[in-house]
Amino acid sequence: MADFDIDLMSCPLPKMDYDTIQLAHGAGGKLSADLIDKIFIPRFGNETLDKLEDQAVLNIPKNKIAFTTDTFVVDPIFFPGGNIGELAINGTVNDVAMSGAKPLYLSVGFILEEGLPLETLHIIALSMEKAAKQAGVKIVAGDTKVVNRGSCDKLFINTSGIGIVPNNVNISANRLTPGDKIIISGSVADHGMAVMTTREDLSFKSKIKSDTAALNGLVEVMLNISEDIHAMRDPTRGGVATTLNEFAKQSDVGIQLYSDKIPVKHDVKGACEVLGIDPLYVANEGKLIAVVGSEIAENMVEAMLKHELGKNASIIGEVVNDNKGIVVQQTGLGVNRIIDLPVGEQLPRIC
Amino acid sequence: MCLGIPGKVEEIFDENGLKMGNINYGGTINKACLEYVPEIEVGQYTVVHAGFGISIIDEDEAMKSYEAWEELADHAAQEGADLYGNPLEEVKDK
Amino acid sequence: MKYLDEFRDPKIAKQILAEIEFTVTKPWVIMEVCGGQTHSIIKNGIDQILPKEIELVHGPGCPVCVTPLEIIDKAIEIASTPNVIFTSFGDMLRVPGSKKDLFQVKSEGGDVRIIYSPLEALKIARNNPEKEVVFFAVGFETTAPGNAMAIYQADREGITNFSELVSHVLVPPAMEALLSSPKNRVQAYLAAGHVCAIMGWWEYDPIAEKYKVPIIPTGFESIDVLEGILLAVKQLEKGEYRVENQYLRAVKRGGNQPAQNIVNTIFEIGDRKWRGIGEIPQSGLKIKEEFSKYDAELKFAVDNIVTQESELCISGIVLQGLKKPHECPAFGKECTPSNPLGATMVSGEGACAAYYKYQRIRNG
Repeated sequence: MADFDIDLMSCPLPKMDYDTIQLAHGAGGKLSADLIDKIFIPRFGNETLDKLEDQAVLNIPKNKIAFTTDTFVVDPIFFPGGNIGELAINGTVNDVAMSGAKPLYLSVGFILEEGLPLETLHIIALSMEKAAKQAGVKIVAGDTKVVNRGSCDKLFINTSGIGIVPNNVNISANRLTPGDKIIISGSVADHGMAVMTTREDLSFKSKIKSDTAALNGLVEVMLNISEDIHAMRDPTRGGVATTLNEFAKQSDVGIQLYSDKIPVKHDVKGACEVLGIDPLYVANEGKLIAVVGSEIAENMVEAMLKHELGKNASIIGEVVNDNKGIVVQQTGLGVNRIIDLPVGEQLPRIC
Repeated sequence: MCLGIPGKVEEIFDENGLKMGNINYGGTINKACLEYVPEIEVGQYTVVHAGFGISIIDEDEAMKSYEAWEELADHAAQEGADLYGNPLEEVKDK
Repeated sequence: MKYLDEFRDPKIAKQILAEIEFTVTKPWVIMEVCGGQTHSIIKNGIDQILPKEIELVHGPGCPVCVTPLEIIDKAIEIASTPNVIFTSFGDMLRVPGSKKDLFQVKSEGGDVRIIYSPLEALKIARNNPEKEVVFFAVGFETTAPGNAMAIYQADREGITNFSELVSHVLVPPAMEALLSSPKNRVQAYLAAGHVCAIMGWWEYDPIAEKYKVPIIPTGFESIDVLEGILLAVKQLEKGEYRVENQYLRAVKRGGNQPAQNIVNTIFEIGDRKWRGIGEIPQSGLKIKEEFSKYDAELKFAVDNIVTQESELCISGIVLQGLKKPHECPAFGKECTPSNPLGATMVSGEGACAAYYKYQRIRNG
């Protein structure tokens, strides 16, 4: 459990009857109440959650609503730059925000493995609190289940999120139009390589940091430049290549990437070279790809560069009429190679 | 086959009686076995395949190969043409 | 990254390309032996930008492509055995056996782990004395020293719960087998740079002489591959045939002696089947008698498994450069990257997978 935020350690685990999760923590009795009162409410509490009703009753303006759900099973649960808790908050905030919506409310469902140290759960709850605060969202509903040892791996988290979509915003993967520019908010492959290089069997000694972050602040900056963002996604599993392939297919257009324009950090690139992995296929957890009309692309990038999470933003390609449904990248030699969908996950290779 | 990537030896140590090293690849450190490059020293580069150093990079040869080409390319760029008088732009467009 | 990025400089690559264009006057067929070179060629689009006179044929230098179906079936059998931790390079997990692949074994409860170095497999054995740890030792001469070291070290430490399923192949016999085929089309080789880093290149002198082909030990970055092609074309155009080392920064004539010593201590040369090509005499490595307790084939009694390859698949003919992938009746029909019949469709740089990708852009 190395590498977590020192702030998280300053809040000690409240005194509890047990040091580890028991099946009874999920059984609805005294231990369940203990868990809610001592760990979850102090961390996530707000006027809605504190009522401890079976549901959250929310006042929502008469807008379009963005609603999403995602489940987090990352192994290891602590990795350089983050942990499963903040990943669960940021991931769902980002999924809501990619519609242009302002994320407001989250639900959190825990599946805990019997025997999980309460200290671990506490640290994860603390970092979720911090992530929710940073993103400006409230956790308004929650659930905890405990399963027998071996029935899950330490803990899984499901988060759902609701956000309000501004009236004039219509962001969709089927709105790509030839001539549009493709913008990425920063360097790729950080999260996937952070997780991979912690794997003991791969002999890495240094730490690549995950980029896990909530992108709604950056999205707000972008919408201030123009509400007419055509498409936007956070390239998580399958990486940039997968997101762009989805875009190309859904809009039935071609995507042309420029050569050598996609930012990759030196250490991330080093790890990718050693394992024979293409960074375009590796997961990100704090980056977005936006597709916008060419007339606003430069202004958009300029605004993004001023935001902490967009400081390495750049235009990486454009939407074209040729090669419908296909993503191609220009190589240094000036010819195109196809960036295909990956077949399964990226594996370290020797060949 | 045979992915081999050059990295810089940062540290040399013994592990279970084997000569091992920490190798730096653009800032990422990974462990490699150096038994097959026994004379290698900290600061040198080795090609690493599947966790084994298989060859010490001959820095003079690397420099020679590269510089020879770079000189030609620079010369051509200044002239606006490659060695054989073809305009560089034409090559680029092919 | 030093010694990597400078050998990918497009400015210099274009310069070399210009020189190739200047040099070539007639059609030539050049085989790049190594899958790593194929990968670089496809990734950089070198095949698309070369003068039309030069045809590149992708060679058999990829362990994924040449490991016979039978060995994959043996691996699957061993990995499915209770109390076994089966370790492998990531490359081999998706290679289809006759019924399933190693990923499926994992999903059925097998303990299959991806490792980066053979020494990690040994470490797993050291840390799990109650388990049998098996390492899938595939590869060419480049990988053999590491795989040999794991056995050598197991023996030194007295680790007995470790063994290797060995499917090691040697490059020069395969190169020679291709050249001696009456249908051979290959006129020059780019030899595999990292194989040569271990073995040196002296072995190729008699082959170049006997078959009158230029052989160029070549590196893997775009500049390396282009320079390798240039050196080959220069010899071909002049009617010369000799070994000429392009990969000077990593390859010496005699290769890596300490590595060869350990390989010769643990392994001996034997006949070996190549997927799609068949048995090539003296083209593989097997574990020596005195180290046979580290031989997983004997330890798990899977040496009786015999598997026939798909009759539909012509990957062997493709590997020899005799047919193009799209000339196979199964291509794109029964056989696709998500449902591959042959290894040339499995491996990302396999000739069939590469063709499958690019036919779509060609057809628009």
